[in-house]
Amino acid sequence: MSAMLQVEGLTKHFPIRRGVLRRVAGTVQAVNDVSFTVGEGETLAVVGESGCGKSTIGRALLRLLEPTAGRVTLDGTTVTDLAPDAMRAMRRKMQIIFQDPFGSLNPRMTVAETLAEPLLLHELATPGDVQDKVGALLSTCGLQPWHAGRFPHEFSGGQRQRVGIARALATRPRLIVCDEPVSALDVSVQAQIVNLLKDLQAEFGIGYVFISHDLAVVRHMADRVAVVYLGRIVEEARADALFAHPRHPYTRSLIAAAPRPDPTQRNVSAPVEGDLPSALNPPSGCAFHPRCPLAQDRCRTERPALRQVGTSRVACHFAETSEAGDSRPEAAPSEALRRRLAILDAARAKETA
Amino acid sequence: MTDAPLLDVEDLAVEFHVGGTVQRAVQGVSLSLARGRTLGVVGESGCGKSVTSLSIMRLVPQPPGVYAGGAIRFDGRDLLTLPEAEMRALRGGRIGMIFQEPMTSLNPVYTCGAQIEESLSVHSNLSPKAARERAIEMLDLVGLPSPRQRADDYPHQLSGGQRQRVMIALALANEPDLLIADEPTTALDVTIQAQILDLMGDLRGRTGAAVMLVTHDLGVVAQTCDDVVVMYAGRVVEKAPTAALFADPQHPYTVGLMAAVPRIDTAVDRLTTIPGSVPPPWSKITGCRFASRCPLASEKCRTQDPPLRDLSPGHGVACWHAPIEAAA
Repeated sequence: MSAMLQVEGLTKHFPIRRGVLRRVAGTVQAVNDVSFTVGEGETLAVVGESGCGKSTIGRALLRLLEPTAGRVTLDGTTVTDLAPDAMRAMRRKMQIIFQDPFGSLNPRMTVAETLAEPLLLHELATPGDVQDKVGALLSTCGLQPWHAGRFPHEFSGGQRQRVGIARALATRPRLIVCDEPVSALDVSVQAQIVNLLKDLQAEFGIGYVFISHDLAVVRHMADRVAVVYLGRIVEEARADALFAHPRHPYTRSLIAAAPRPDPTQRNVSAPVEGDLPSALNPPSGCAFHPRCPLAQDRCRTERPALRQVGTSRVACHFAETSEAGDSRPEAAPSEALRRRLAILDAARAKETA
Repeated sequence: MTDAPLLDVEDLAVEFHVGGTVQRAVQGVSLSLARGRTLGVVGESGCGKSVTSLSIMRLVPQPPGVYAGGAIRFDGRDLLTLPEAEMRALRGGRIGMIFQEPMTSLNPVYTCGAQIEESLSVHSNLSPKAARERAIEMLDLVGLPSPRQRADDYPHQLSGGQRQRVMIALALANEPDLLIADEPTTALDVTIQAQILDLMGDLRGRTGAAVMLVTHDLGVVAQTCDDVVVMYAGRVVEKAPTAALFADPQHPYTVGLMAAVPRIDTAVDRLTTIPGSVPPPWSKITGCRFASRCPLASEKCRTQDPPLRDLSPGHGVACWHAPIEAAA
């Protein structure tokens, strides 16, 4: 048995050209030797800070950016070997949702036209039944039938993201790459979209590669989490294990840096110093060593390989010996908050009944 | 030394007159801030939190913006009636400001050092040489590595976190009494955000400035603020000391907002949502602005706007049904 999506050794380098002759002056190593799998109905979150290469991973595995090296296999078909024609057909099975659907929806097409196009292109609908199928898609994504005649600018951010999801869903994909799908949304709307994505996954068994910088959202979305630093996976584990026992010092500092919505637990101080280094000129050895509290001489010269430690994969020389049970006590919402929420929920249930 | 707050906003109303319609961005907002305190102004997009902070600096573009009522008293003087020249002396002088995107607020054609020096020379009578030294001292204070070299860098040569540090140095150069920070860490990564919040807390302790922190992030509020004002659709719906707000949220919107925040420490199966969306600013609402999304909404809520009233000392709520338990 093999996983639905297999990514092996995915690498993407961007040459930097300078001067009149456009000579290659350097290489940005955006993604280096990244491997992971995603099963049917499973969510793998790819997390990291801006510039770490997480979006490039998403684009390279869909071949929206041609990978420099590596192999991507979906349902046994090697996507990276496909000729352009076969690749176009393959795109039906692998879709993407962007952070800002406004940038990816055609402003001159109504929602109905946007959704009908992939259906007709991939022969999933006929001109006769396409309107019904568009209507069904809209209702699946929590939109109203009269939204079909509207243009993207007429929607709020949350509704526009629902249109983006409906468009990705139109071709009945096996895999959706979600690139920061809720980062631009307000919290109350963000929760609606996260719940919608989970519902769709449960209904259609879609695999998600969920790219995000927000670990709190990831905790609620992901089955497994891959933490990326400067183009490489530094830790990969089941979500519950990763949050309970983060093994890489970078993962620990990401979790510690997230501000808790709880004034009784104030952060003592920032967990790491300094900025993300440049991918054009990455540090020697372990790329995290200039910011790492555990760094030793060995880390400056020898890059740690990603290896199995317990149930996790970790790229740190000290993964076995460093403290892994570092997580803070769970901060439960206050008693009054839970009580009042229950009252509001009960009133809402009565309203809809 | 008086007991009067440094900043006292009373019943502020700001409208935008666009194409024959009147958009009420801020309606009847009152808040006050004492020296040495940090006030969080929290709410979702379109709630009026940024318009409120821009109003204090009188930076709302007119037209289309109109200050339709109320007063903004800073150290006893009403900023809304102050002559423009005096207002200009306050901005960057006694009132410092930090915005979300430092790339758009820093001038790309001047070096970081030159921009701080300019602000110093406008607001004080330092010699160019002294201003230069002070600018470098400020860059050092905000934790920029090798400040003497960085002072000659242009904004684009710095990373996002470093640019935000330059913005903070610029805002604090003239030792303001009031610092207004509008989403100062929203564009930054979490590890950098933690560094910047640390820095702001540190500098507040050192200079005793009052800070007004505008944010959508309840986590940032919980970590940094003494008091909080929750805004919804142009109104203040709840205000309280931070600890009281998180332990004892009263307004149905505050309760919904807090429940909707995903928590990194606890996994739940489904996130709580607030159904519906914020009413657009041009909609004419006579009653409570949250009524359309509130399961407790009654006829009274739909017709009469609830005033902000104190449930306990310092904890005000604008809801006819508060406390919520009374509705159960």
